[in-house]
Amino acid sequence: MLKSFEPNKIFAITSRAPKYVLFLFIIVLSIGLTEALFLSPEDYKQSHSVRIMYVHVPSAWISLGIFSLIAFLSLVSFIFKNKNFSLISKSLAPSGFLFNIIALVTGAIWGKPTWGTWWAWDARITSMLILALFYSMYLLSWKIFRNEKQATKITSIIAILGVINVPIIKFSVDWWSTLHQTSSVKILSTTSIHISMLIPLAIMTAAFTLFSILIFLMKYNTELIKIKNKGLDRL
Amino acid sequence: MINEIISMNGYGLYVWSAFSFTLISFGSLFLIIKLQLLREKRKFVYKFGSLDIEKSRIAKSQKINKEILVGILESKI
Repeated sequence: MLKSFEPNKIFAITSRAPKYVLFLFIIVLSIGLTEALFLSPEDYKQSHSVRIMYVHVPSAWISLGIFSLIAFLSLVSFIFKNKNFSLISKSLAPSGFLFNIIALVTGAIWGKPTWGTWWAWDARITSMLILALFYSMYLLSWKIFRNEKQATKITSIIAILGVINVPIIKFSVDWWSTLHQTSSVKILSTTSIHISMLIPLAIMTAAFTLFSILIFLMKYNTELIKIKNKGLDRL
Repeated sequence: MINEIISMNGYGLYVWSAFSFTLISFGSLFLIIKLQLLREKRKFVYKFGSLDIEKSRIAKSQKINKEILVGILESKI
């Protein structure tokens, strides 16, 4: 069982998987875009601007999910001194940061026709901006600190501190009066969004998840080869 | 019909720019990561090739190095 976690076996999988994930991503994204842009109905209040939801909401969900995962893996890596977990966290960060930026930019684009402004310092938007700052600090720390142990320690602290912001983002719309509406898609109670909009939203979320897996696999392979390059220097 | 799709009741500019920004971001990140991966692969092949016989024997004994070389060869085919 433990043998399947050997680096060469992990690499054998992660180096071959991207082409299949890319293929699947293109198919799911094509279906998602067709649904989101052409087949799904317009909203009775927001008209066609509601379509921005199909890129904005999955991006926000995935950026939050990835940061929570990074924090969890960082904690585990911090406690058990497991190098592989910090390597996984490092490889997850670029796509998480990108989705955070997409959520902020598409949110601003959606805000203009809906609220009449590109930006407002409301709780949800501000806390998402803080998340982007934590992502930036996390990624920059890997670049700045060349000592691997020091970098792992600092990035772990950033991730663990930053994850406090995740529940604030999630519940900001309930705790404070914000421009954002409360959640329409709920796991534990009835979802208020209509099925005709829920389907494209689910397909786009699947496509975005596949993209983050693809980027993760490619980045993980890059980091693994980088370590082996250093190993060849030491021979 | 096409005009309707493009204008989207006056919201077309917002909708198309949001989707375009997302897709361009995807393409850019994919390219950046792909280039980083290619650069590391090239570096690995170069370093592996410049090892002397003894060091090359040690490097070859590590399974992961073999996997990386196989991966590079497969991606070239």
